[in-house]
Order: sequence, then C-alpha cells, then structure tokens
Amino acid sequence: MPAMVRKLAQRLGMLQHSFVGGVHPNMHKLTADIAIEECDIAPVHVLPMKQHIGEICSPLVGVGDLVLRGQKIARSEGYLSVPVHAPTSGRVVKIEEHTIPHPSGMGLPSIFIESDGDDKNDESRAPISDWINTDPTQLRERARMCGLAGLGGAVFPTFIKLVQDKRFPIETVVLNGIECEPYLTNDHRLMLEHAEEILEGMAIIMHMVGADSGIIAVEDNKQDAADTMQQALDARSDMENVVVLVLPTRYPQGSEKQLIYTLTGREVPAGKLPMHIGVLCQNVGTTKALYDAVVLGKPLTERTVTVSGDALPNPTNLRVRLGTPVRTLFARQGLEDFSDIQIVHGGPMMGERLKNPDFPVVKSSTGLLAMSVQAMKAAHTVEQPCIRCGHCSEACPVSLVPNLLADQCRSDQFEKAAQYDLFDCIECGACSYVCPSNIPLVHYFRYGKGQLALQRREDSFAEASRKRSEARDARIEREKAEKAARRTRVRQTHAPKTDEAKAETAAETGGGAKPAAEATVADSKTVESKD
Amino acid sequence: MSLIMLSSPHAHGGDSIRMIMLTVMLALLPAAGVSVYLFGWMAVLLIVTCMLTALMTEALCLKWMGRPVSTLLDNSAALTGLFLALTLPAATPWWMAVLGSVFAIVLGKQLYGGLGYNIFNPALSARVILLISFPLNMTTWIMPMSASMGAVEPVINLYDFSTCVTLFFAGPGALGFDAISMASPLGYIKTEATLGVPVADALNAYGYSYLDAFLGFEAGSIGETSALALLIGGIFLLARHSITWHIPFSYIVTVLLLAWLFNALNPDQFATPMFHLFAGGLILCAFFMATDPVSSPVTPLGQVVFGVGCGVITWSIRTWGGYPEGAMFAVLLMNCAVPLIDHYFRPRVYGHKHRNES
Repeated sequence: MPAMVRKLAQRLGMLQHSFVGGVHPNMHKLTADIAIEECDIAPVHVLPMKQHIGEICSPLVGVGDLVLRGQKIARSEGYLSVPVHAPTSGRVVKIEEHTIPHPSGMGLPSIFIESDGDDKNDESRAPISDWINTDPTQLRERARMCGLAGLGGAVFPTFIKLVQDKRFPIETVVLNGIECEPYLTNDHRLMLEHAEEILEGMAIIMHMVGADSGIIAVEDNKQDAADTMQQALDARSDMENVVVLVLPTRYPQGSEKQLIYTLTGREVPAGKLPMHIGVLCQNVGTTKALYDAVVLGKPLTERTVTVSGDALPNPTNLRVRLGTPVRTLFARQGLEDFSDIQIVHGGPMMGERLKNPDFPVVKSSTGLLAMSVQAMKAAHTVEQPCIRCGHCSEACPVSLVPNLLADQCRSDQFEKAAQYDLFDCIECGACSYVCPSNIPLVHYFRYGKGQLALQRREDSFAEASRKRSEARDARIEREKAEKAARRTRVRQTHAPKTDEAKAETAAETGGGAKPAAEATVADSKTVESKD
Repeated sequence: MSLIMLSSPHAHGGDSIRMIMLTVMLALLPAAGVSVYLFGWMAVLLIVTCMLTALMTEALCLKWMGRPVSTLLDNSAALTGLFLALTLPAATPWWMAVLGSVFAIVLGKQLYGGLGYNIFNPALSARVILLISFPLNMTTWIMPMSASMGAVEPVINLYDFSTCVTLFFAGPGALGFDAISMASPLGYIKTEATLGVPVADALNAYGYSYLDAFLGFEAGSIGETSALALLIGGIFLLARHSITWHIPFSYIVTVLLLAWLFNALNPDQFATPMFHLFAGGLILCAFFMATDPVSSPVTPLGQVVFGVGCGVITWSIRTWGGYPEGAMFAVLLMNCAVPLIDHYFRPRVYGHKHRNES
C-alpha cells in the first residue's frame, strides 16, 4: 500500500501503526525446523579483545596461564565496554593479533586458549535466583561483568540499557523476536526451545528497569515460536501485562526504531535512544543470556549461530562457544573447499562479506553463511545509471531519498548529504535490494558517513589546535603584562635608589620585551620627576 | 570472482532497468494496437520507423561516446521511439519521424549524459521540437478508420499498404491531394471560441461524442486518441508497481477539478471535465509521460506536487494558451522544476519533527 494512504489510514485510526517502506526478500529460512545442536569444543579458541561496540579490552591473563570456563580473561576499559571470558577451561597459548569478522580483514589483539578437554567451570559467580529481591544496580553489574552485549548483531553493551533513570522511566520492554534477516533462524529456535528462560530473562529486565508492561514481537513466519511464547506466558502468573504480538513479515522489522514505531506508534527522536520515549528493546538471545548470567551465574561464553547459505551442504543451528574457528563450523556442516564460496558473517541484508573463513565466532555472529559465487554475483552486478525510479525512497524505512544521497556521497558533497539526513540511515540495505540499476547505495552511504566523520574529526582537531594556539598567545600576553606590572610595582616600592640601581634596572630590562622596556622607561621618568 | 569489495546487502530483488522499460512497452501495447486498428498501416510505419531510428541513433551515440553498445539492450531507446511514434499525427511524413527520433535520442537524452541524466522527457522534447519547427504538419490530423478531408468525401484507405507507403514517403501530393486536414476536438473548440461560439455548440457542430472520445474514434496523435487503451496500460503499470498513483491521479484530478470549477461558472466558455479528460494527450501524458522516472520527482509528495503542476499548466494552456493542447508543454515545464521539488518535498525522516529538518 502506498505510504501516503497508509499514513492517512493510520491517522484515521483505520490501521495499526506500521513502519514505512521495507522489502520482502526471499527468506531462505532453511534451518527453521532444525533444533539447535551442541557444537563440539574446538581445540583452540581465539578471543578478540573487542566483541562489542565500544572500547577495546585489555588482557588479564598471560601466556601459559590456566583458565576456567567463564573466567574473566580481559578487562573492560572505559564505560562503553564489557569484559571477555574464557569459553572453556584450558591454557593461554598466545596473545597476538588475529583476523576478526570485519570486511576489511583487519585484526585485533586476541587471546588464544588451548582447550584441556575438561571444560571446567569457574564457579566464582553465585547464581542469583532471588533476583526479584535483588537491587537492580547489582543485577546491572552482573550483566556487565558477564560480558553481555546485544546478540542480535549490534553488540551494544547490554548493561547500559538496563538502567533506571528517573528522567526517562521505562514503561514498555520490547522483546525482539523478529529476526527479519533471510537465512537466520537462531532466535526462532531459541524461542521454541527456551521460551521459559527467555520469559524469565524478560521478567528480570522488567524488574531491573521498573517497567510494568512488555511486548514480545514475533513475525508471522514464526507463528510456532509466537505460540510457544504465548503458552509459556500463560503458564506464568507474574507477567499479565506482557503480550505476544505477531506482525506481518517485512524487512527490516527487527530494526529497533522501526519495531518500536510499529508496536507503539512512537518514533525515537533523531539522536536519542528508545529509553527517551520510555521503551527498552532487547533481542531474545540477549534476554536468554541475561537469564544465564543472573539465574545461573554463567557469563557469556557461547551463542547460537545459524550456519547456512545456498552453498552449504547441511545447514543447521549451532550452540557455539565464542572463539571457535569458523572453518571448523563449516567443516562440521560438510564444507571444506572454499574456492568458490563467498562467506557472509551475519545475514545477507546487513552482514559482512569475508574473504576467508579464518576468523572466530564472536558475540555478534548471528549467522555464518556460505554463499555460492552465482548468488553473490546476482546481488552484486555492474552498477548502471540511476533512472530515478524512486523505488529506493519507497523502500527506505526511515524515509530518506537514497538516490539523491548516493549522488551527493559519490560527488563528495558530504555536508549536503548530512543535510539530507545521511546519518539517519540505518544501513538496512532495503534501497540497494530494490534498485533496478544495482547501485550499491548502502556502500556509498557508508563511504559518506566515514568521510564525513573523518572530516568532522579533522575539523574539530583543527579547531582544538586553533583554540590551543590562541590560548597560548593569550597566556603569553597575559604573562608579559603581569611581568611588566610586577616590575613596575617593584620599582615603585624600591625607588628612588642610587644610580647603580638605575643602571641595574636598565640592564635588566634591556633584554626584555619591548612593551616592558617602554614601561620601564616611562616608569623611570615618573620616578625621576618624583625626585 | 573479480570482486574487490562487496558491501551489504548481499541479496537483490532482481528488478532491472531492462524489465522496467519492457513493462512500460507492454503497457503501451493496447494503445499501440488501437493505433494500428484506427490508423492502419500509417501507425505501423510510424512506430517501426521511430523505434528503429531511435535504436540506431542510440547505438551510434554509444559508439561515438566509447560506451558499450550493449547498453542498447536496456530497452530505453526502443521505448523512447515508441513513445514518440504514439504522439505523432497519422499523416506524419517519414523524414519527420526520423528527425524526431534523432532529436529525442541526441538532444533529449545523450547530450545530457545518457540514460538517467536527462532533465526532460526525451520523446516529449522531440515532439515539441517538431511541433515548433513544423507546426503545419504536426497539427494535420486525419480522421481514424479512413482519411477524410474535412467534409469533402475522397477517402484515403489507411488499410491499404501501398497507399500508406506512398503517403508516408511521398506525401499526400503523390495521392493527388494538396493536403489532408481535420481539426482535433481541442483545436476545433479553440478556433470556434475565438469566434464566440459556445463550447457545446462547437462540439455539436464537430460531431463530438464522449463515447467516441473514450474509445478513440476521434482525430489526434495515433496513440493518444483511445482513453480506454491507455487506461488499461496505466492500470497495468500501477498493478505491476512500475508507477505509483501519485502523478497520474493528482494530474488528472487537478485538470478535472479546474475544468469542473470553470465549467460550472461559465459553461459557454469552458469545456466540461469529461471533455478535458478524454481530449488530447492528457491520459497518455498522465500515465506514461509524466511518470517517466528519470524526469519526474522521486518522493511521493513531490510527485503529487508535480502532478498538480502538470494539471494546472495543461488546463491553462488548453483554455487560455496559444496551442490547443498543453499536456506535453505542462510535463516539460514541470520537468524543469523536478530538482527543486525533490529538494523541498522530501518526506519527513523518521525521528525528525519536521520535513527538511537535519
């Protein structure tokens, strides 16, 4: 339905709210019916020092140290950061840079842990089963110490969101079970297999933020998951204000801001967070991890990963320890030869394409897809001129005009692109998906954002050094003036003296700055006249 | 795979320029079919000549510009040729069809930088160049199903191939006529209005009927006479999501509203809304020309503004202008305003209070 008609209908109260734009990609949910399998512990785990959005961690262990599963091996530095834990028991064999899942192929300092096969747990964190009577700040510290970050793929440190702020009281907790990316089914399976734990986690979140209502949002291609959640909800007596809502499948419904609008009819203001409109959104995987952290005392050392793709012989859902090399996961599912394979980390709409499978599973690994060259080529054909069909504008869930933005980014008019709200782009890829000219619009936007950020950083740096230099000049001036004033004072108190003293003063000021010297001359004149 | 950097998304909906252009050509099939039915071999000759010339010109341009000639396969040149043919009178001689197609591709499109960069709709700009350069030929209409010379009886058989070839390549002189002429309803009431004849009387004298106008049995460019065929194509485009309702709807509604208002005030001077709806190139322009993606706004509200502008200008030229028909001028004039419209009528971005707030 055209956006304008829909908006009009919404105003008249004829329709539920629904985010604008969006697309209906072929979902390829090959693994929807495959239960989560337990993946074997790898011989060596590689743990990058940054698996979240924010500051990089620093290692707490040295080479040769023995570690237990769940032991903190890297400390968070700064506020926007969470620690890293050992995924299994074993020995630290080396600490060096290793490739992380990033399209550039960049690396980060990583801790390599050789498994001893015993998988012994670190029992130092006591379970908090009586969380309902526990202070939310203590639970929040537990979430931070257990290394929780958004497992939907954005890996934003979870504890930051789990806060009670009197200025912005949270009214509604949204449990995000949308999973709108094609191929990915791990949230789907988690809801089917761990509904009770997820609900318990949601109850903990509601207790922590003081929310009194909750919404569990599921797309209608996961009706079974919605039913399971509803049954689990019915079995509880303490969550009457929580509802399960089934939404029509549309990408990118799982995007936080879009989902919040669809559910509440309220938009998160630009530059603000959902908490500013009284909403907290958590992914089901993160919620389950919070349950594990609080009720079981288990830090985040594993996650569910959908291993799939059109070129993978046996797609499945796996519960994988963090740090497991991706190559072994693909090998487990029957893929060893990567010569004609393109690897995607995450979903096909927003995931990163990687050149080789030599990277570990990290907290953001929602999916690992082995795509055939043909499938990738179909999605990345030669760019043709824009014919301004406007399909991108229709598909954009934030109502940008992607073709104009792309023109501006391509011609390096970044400030203009910023005026056209470049930074409101959520990089969902809906525009590129519908573009008949195969223009990699999102790629241009990323380029534009990067260049603009760089430009602004340089500007602010230049501004800062200009201010510094001005401040320095002002200080030198001030010091000179003070010096001169001091001298005048000194001379006034000690004058009139002998001719020797006068000669001394002259010698003293001779090497001084000019204004000071003038002042001295003038002063000595007044002194003389006083005589 | 020679891919250096691949940025997400790694999935594509499969839409392509070629398919979009093909869809529009399919949508023009009913109108083209009706034009052949009404104007016989003349329509066939015009359509074939224009499409072939457009394709050949495009190929030459691409070759000269050092661009891959395979770009031809995007169907845009063929579509431009078809568009142009459908806006020409049936008695257009071959050299004008060729000239028009060359204008459309060279002046209308390639000089701007090729597909996607032209400000004006190529077919319409070529048609206007022809109209201004050869006003007599371009306003010489022949009656469909035959070719009458006004009230005089001698008839040219449009369904006879050799007659049409002679008329197309050698002109009416070769068939023993000085010229063929027949006023279009719009032209007729305009002339009569200057003589002070009320609209209704003029239409009676012309022998106008709404049904004929709806079905296409009236004088006019070969592809614009049948409102029915064009509406079928337009609805096909809407259903296939090749165009949105914004431009056609706002364009036609604006013309209808203005016509209704002024007709209600003074029925003797102003024609009825229904007359305006079926007359001239309104429906062709509203569904096919104004919606040309390259030269129309991209944002929904901008498209509505564009459509309203087209409607106001169309009706104004028809009513007060020097030319009987204003639809193509309206579209071209509004084409100029597209960058401005795109700038000022962007949608309100999520999380922003107002439009154009950054």
